[in-house]
Amino acid sequence: MTQKSLRILQLYPRDMNIYGDWGNTLTVLRRAERHGISAEVIDYNPGDEFPKDIDIVIGGGGQDSGQLKIQDDLQQLAPTLRELAEDNVPMLAICGLYQLFGHFFKTKDGDMIKGIGILDIETYGSNERLIGNIITHSERFGDIVGYENHSGLTYLADTTQLLGTVTKGAGNNGKDHTEGACFNNVIGTYLHGSLLPKNPVIADWLIEQACMRKYGEFTPADIDDSLAQHARETAMNRPR
Amino acid sequence: MRTQSTILVGKTIKQLMRLRGGGSALPGLVAERIDPGFMQRTLAQLPRGVVLISGTNGKTTTTKMVVELLESQGLTVFTNRTGSNFTRGVTAALLGSVNALGKLDADIAVLELDEAHAVHFVRRVKPTYSLFLNVLRDQLDRFGEIDHTARLLKTIAEATTDGIVINRDDPRIGSTAFYGDVSAKTVRSYGVDAQLLKLFPSDDSMREADAVVTTTQSTILNNDTSLVSVDGQSAVIRYADTDHSVSLKLKGVYNVQNAVGAVALTRLIMQADLDESAMFTALESVEPAFGRGETIIVDGQPLELVLVKNPSGFRLSLSSFDSADTAIMIAINDNYADGRDMSWLWDVDFESLVQQGVAMVSGVRAYDMALRLDYDKVQFDTVNPSLSAALKQFLSTHSDSPKRIFCTYTAMLALRKELSKIAEVEVIS
Repeated sequence: MTQKSLRILQLYPRDMNIYGDWGNTLTVLRRAERHGISAEVIDYNPGDEFPKDIDIVIGGGGQDSGQLKIQDDLQQLAPTLRELAEDNVPMLAICGLYQLFGHFFKTKDGDMIKGIGILDIETYGSNERLIGNIITHSERFGDIVGYENHSGLTYLADTTQLLGTVTKGAGNNGKDHTEGACFNNVIGTYLHGSLLPKNPVIADWLIEQACMRKYGEFTPADIDDSLAQHARETAMNRPR
Repeated sequence: MRTQSTILVGKTIKQLMRLRGGGSALPGLVAERIDPGFMQRTLAQLPRGVVLISGTNGKTTTTKMVVELLESQGLTVFTNRTGSNFTRGVTAALLGSVNALGKLDADIAVLELDEAHAVHFVRRVKPTYSLFLNVLRDQLDRFGEIDHTARLLKTIAEATTDGIVINRDDPRIGSTAFYGDVSAKTVRSYGVDAQLLKLFPSDDSMREADAVVTTTQSTILNNDTSLVSVDGQSAVIRYADTDHSVSLKLKGVYNVQNAVGAVALTRLIMQADLDESAMFTALESVEPAFGRGETIIVDGQPLELVLVKNPSGFRLSLSSFDSADTAIMIAINDNYADGRDMSWLWDVDFESLVQQGVAMVSGVRAYDMALRLDYDKVQFDTVNPSLSAALKQFLSTHSDSPKRIFCTYTAMLALRKELSKIAEVEVIS
């Protein structure tokens, strides 16, 4: 059997990295290694040439100023990212990039920031910030624990697949109990904390989808997740 | 009459709280409720006014430095030492310092205030001078974004009457958008020479391969104070074309940077009356503030408490303190004062601990920390969320070596309390 290898793209790590987003990339990197797969992280910042043969895309959250910096570049990249999403490349977009993976972000002042429309969602700025520990239940991943901190309120189209249902916290908009959105192997969510370290099942799913797409097979290793398990239990019992 | 009854009630609660052993801000809270004008009336008596120190990191240590530098100039200084840097913490400290008639025996007040509380404070008391240290990623669960934090600090700058001092190397504070249109009579800057900037990476450069720090925003204002060289705890500070060599007791490059800020502020306050040699003598003898690199002797071995509360502070602490031959414990809590979001731990690089490992991981979020270390391939011996049990085991297992505990704010307070049972620990009230 030849050595499997994955190329992980970090989308805009310089401008969109505000909530421990490195934790997500690092978790995929380390868990791939533990599954016996060599992995390489490639940074993509505005103006860079988009690298070929990418197997996983991970993007993080940013401040409003970070979103402005990447906005034009993201529009140029939109056709490439849409093509990868159609082609079942697994992607994880957190918070700021989750919003921009949708159709648009309309700020509370009425300005429209265009998204790239991979996810069938719309986001509206609000005066309230939804902040705190959050638990979301997903059929695919079980309980997802994380932390949310956003003032954008996101609404899904009727047909949009959600990531999960909020059991504690606010989620997409604080009203309909939905959290996150999916399309093919693309996951968008407000959850950080960081997301993947305490939700290794999602990290493994991204790795699995990438391997299935590239090699048609994936044999998971038996990884001791007791630290993550303890950390999850603590997080689930903390105040909002 | 009102002042006197406020003081009586406040002082009584303060004493009761001390007997109970806790809560530095409660008497202040009560005094604020029964007499909202107490703080501004009392501070308004001060002949040289009020100095405010704010920013994300370094407030407590810098405040301590400024207090001691001003005392070296013959001033009597009132300050809030407890690190309870809310307005009610200031009120509580005032209650402890005024006499029964409400007279505060001081020339000047030097106060550290958290960004959000400083905004409330300046609505009631206009600072005479203020010093702005930095804006870093910290407690985003409270402030939302660091650009928002910068706006809070700007409100303080705008309320300051006589003079502000800015860290010109901070991407936000050092920009003309921050200080260009303030009404204070004087704006002074401090900073480090260009070749030293790489020692002070900002959050903006955190994930850049070669931590390129741009100096384009850095404006050196007239009468600037600069750090021109640093080697461990020795530094050369330059102003008015003259170099001054100093050797600090404080560890950490960030404390050298804070010292430059403290000198710049002292120069501004004292103007032509400055006694330079007294100022530098005082600077060299400043000891660490409680929990900020403070050393406690336990069983004949030094134990350092290093407060960590955000990515840049933790990164700088790891790079500033040599870990060789030192047993390391890390204690992470997630109470309100620590910040509830654990994301920040993932923005700290722990690879410098790979070689020697970590002896003990503790605090409410011990397992988050252990998981973080695991993904950086740092070995750790024990994980125990209970601070008292973890401390006990850490001390007994490493009784023969120097020790260091990196801890969040509430973990630090709890550990100091535990340590005070077995060692000499300065009481802060």
